[in-house]
Amino acid sequence: MTKAKPPIAMLAELTHRCPLSCPYCSNPLELTRQEAELSTEDWARVFREAADLGVLQLHLSGGEPATRRDLEDLVCAARDAGLYTNLITSGIGLTERRLRALDDAGLDHIQLSLQGTTPEMADEIGGYRGGFARKLQVAEWIGKIGFPLTLNAVLHRRNLHQLPRALEMALEMGARRIEVATVQFHGWALKNRDALMPTKAQAAEATRLVAEARVRLKGRLVIDYVPADYHSDYPKRCMGGWGSTGLNVAPDGTVLPCHAAQTIPHLRFESVRDRPLTAIWYEGAAFEAYRGTGWMKEPCASCERREIDFGGCRCQAMALAGDPAATDPVCVKSAQHLDLQARAAAHAEADSPLTYRSAPGKPATEPAE
Amino acid sequence: MDPAAIPTLPRGVRLHRDRVRDQWVLLAPERAVTLDAVAHAILSEVDGTHSLAEITETLAARYAAPPEQIAADAAAFLQALHARRFLDLSP
Repeated sequence: MTKAKPPIAMLAELTHRCPLSCPYCSNPLELTRQEAELSTEDWARVFREAADLGVLQLHLSGGEPATRRDLEDLVCAARDAGLYTNLITSGIGLTERRLRALDDAGLDHIQLSLQGTTPEMADEIGGYRGGFARKLQVAEWIGKIGFPLTLNAVLHRRNLHQLPRALEMALEMGARRIEVATVQFHGWALKNRDALMPTKAQAAEATRLVAEARVRLKGRLVIDYVPADYHSDYPKRCMGGWGSTGLNVAPDGTVLPCHAAQTIPHLRFESVRDRPLTAIWYEGAAFEAYRGTGWMKEPCASCERREIDFGGCRCQAMALAGDPAATDPVCVKSAQHLDLQARAAAHAEADSPLTYRSAPGKPATEPAE
Repeated sequence: MDPAAIPTLPRGVRLHRDRVRDQWVLLAPERAVTLDAVAHAILSEVDGTHSLAEITETLAARYAAPPEQIAADAAAFLQALHARRFLDLSP
């Protein structure tokens, strides 16, 4: 086996606490309680270990990272370690005073999530009344201070028609970049496929709109696009390849190859509380499990695309095919591909109320009648 | 690209010495661009006051290279960064 290269990016899930309860939250179904979260000092050490390992980009995420009262100190510690700091936030919990403190701490960039382009849509999806108005206020402060901004629009069957307005909003907010992300069905989103699965026609229309906007807005707004993968023919190169470019650290210090990796039952994960990050990255069993191509079965093992997409997403193979070493069922070469397309169409036809994400320590709520 | 244009790295885009990989990188929002020696030399002259023409002249003198070649390389590289919003150009 060839030796792994150092990772470029680390996603630090500072907390699972969040004022919103988006039904497609990428956090695991079993959420970490506040008492189990790493301390400020622990995170500062992890940031130094990450920089020593070769991480350049640090994504401060959650839950809602602004829920951490020590966020400003954490940004300071990350910059001291030499990392590029990106705050991934809904905006809720940020005030102008806090944003100025984050500016003083050296925060490099903000990625602001967008649940919808109207208060009705955004507040329903986020499950938080007044959230949209608050977000617009936060966007204004971000612009005033001058932080570089990326707007992250999460799209699904209920709000895909708002894509043109989301692009306009990115321009109005002065964002340099928008991420047009169709919901990925992991974590809480798996419970909401009937409520959120886009139709094939919607997915095609989004692709067309993005291609048109990329030409029209060249040099003004960069558009990153995550297409609806249940309707695709080739899977995503998940995490740039398992254990190849990035890693996640969960709120309690568990180190994961991707945020959904805990859905693969046979994997054992290690914690930054017990072992240096470098040892976990290079020697950890969970990272070795699907690194490279040696673990592959057919049709992946002999596929000409095996180092393009690395067989797609291991967690999706687990969720949909029941085998984390199987070809991602999104792939046309998967025996489950036609079945998945039929299931995607059925989910898109179905209707179901939203199942919201619950709070850490609370059981999942059932859909409201 | 207009030779009189003045390139500037906007806020949130900066040169960084990657000590682990022993190379220069350009850090930008959620991206890291590996820089070869030529790319690093060009960006080292980007200070928000010098124009593309002046940068080209400086580099041509320093490396005793044909100015047309330097100008073409620098313009192509900076234009590509501009398209990704990693570089501002004025006027």
